Amino acid sequence: MIQLVFYVFATVLVASAAMVISARNPVHSVLFLILGFFNAAGLFLVAGAEFLAMILVIVYVGAVAVLFLFVVMMLDIDFTKMREGLQRYAPFGAAVGCVLFAELVMAGLHWVTSPAVPAPITGGLGEPGGPMTNTAALGTLIYTHYILLFQLCGLILLVAMIGAITLTLREKPTGRRQRIDRQHGRMRENTLEMLDLPLGNGTTANGGFLRPPGSYYDTAVPGSYGIPSSDSGEGEAK
Amino acid sequence: MNSAIAQIGLGPFLTVSAALLVLGVFGIFLNRKNIIIIMMSMELILLSANLNFVAFSGAFGDLSGQVMVLFTLTIAAAEAAIGLAILTVYFRNRGSIQVEDVATMKG
Repeated sequence: MIQLVFYVFATVLVASAAMVISARNPVHSVLFLILGFFNAAGLFLVAGAEFLAMILVIVYVGAVAVLFLFVVMMLDIDFTKMREGLQRYAPFGAAVGCVLFAELVMAGLHWVTSPAVPAPITGGLGEPGGPMTNTAALGTLIYTHYILLFQLCGLILLVAMIGAITLTLREKPTGRRQRIDRQHGRMRENTLEMLDLPLGNGTTANGGFLRPPGSYYDTAVPGSYGIPSSDSGEGEAK
Repeated sequence: MNSAIAQIGLGPFLTVSAALLVLGVFGIFLNRKNIIIIMMSMELILLSANLNFVAFSGAFGDLSGQVMVLFTLTIAAAEAAIGLAILTVYFRNRGSIQVEDVATMKG
């Protein structure tokens, strides 16, 4: 039974990987990549790595593949022009692939485990029916033995996040921005205006709002909300 | 040894992984002009490495392989994010993502 599950997952995985590299439409490629990741998660489950299977579905399908899909759909690219060199490179690539596969098969047929290999530091942790689930065993390992590598992974993700933001950030002169220094420098006299009004009467100055002059026109972006552009003079535009 | 791996054997896992690796390398040669497909092929290659790690981890009863897969996933996600950000900036500047055009950036 488990063999049948394995071979179904493996067949669909290899087939979808072949479709990823041969599909004409890159959107189809990304969708086949998602299918492949789901089947790889199934193979992880068969191999007993339950936590990693779920991580694969969440991180890869939920984040990376959707990022690919987003970029493919956002960029306006003529993909038919990109397939020009297909016939030229296909025999070369096939030759390299065949040689690589033959070498891998030869290595796979002849490898032996060295008797000098040290015992695993985690012996028996996370085995099915063992004292711990797979997730708990991974957690005990990550937070003790691999804590430095784990922290380094977090650092790498932080650097990647900052790098991606820095690369793609565009300074736009429009839009209403928050200016922290102006907010902190605001005094009560600038924003509040105490009026002496008779009982029962409101004020209709400034369109019915009690809005002190200067506070709104200075902070708003020129050209937005009916404010003339020449009125600001705050060095807002780049 | 994990019971499921004991029934299936390590060989089929490694064969699937090798097929994925070869497909990824072949994809890089096949789609030399389309850098998005090249990046997807790199994801396939990393996935094959992950599959190898998980298979050996299950076969030897050593959880370290799965920890390595966790780190590989992290690196792959960071690589995809940075790569696609560079691709977006490059497309914004040049209006195409032809791999050959990148050579014009030489100083």
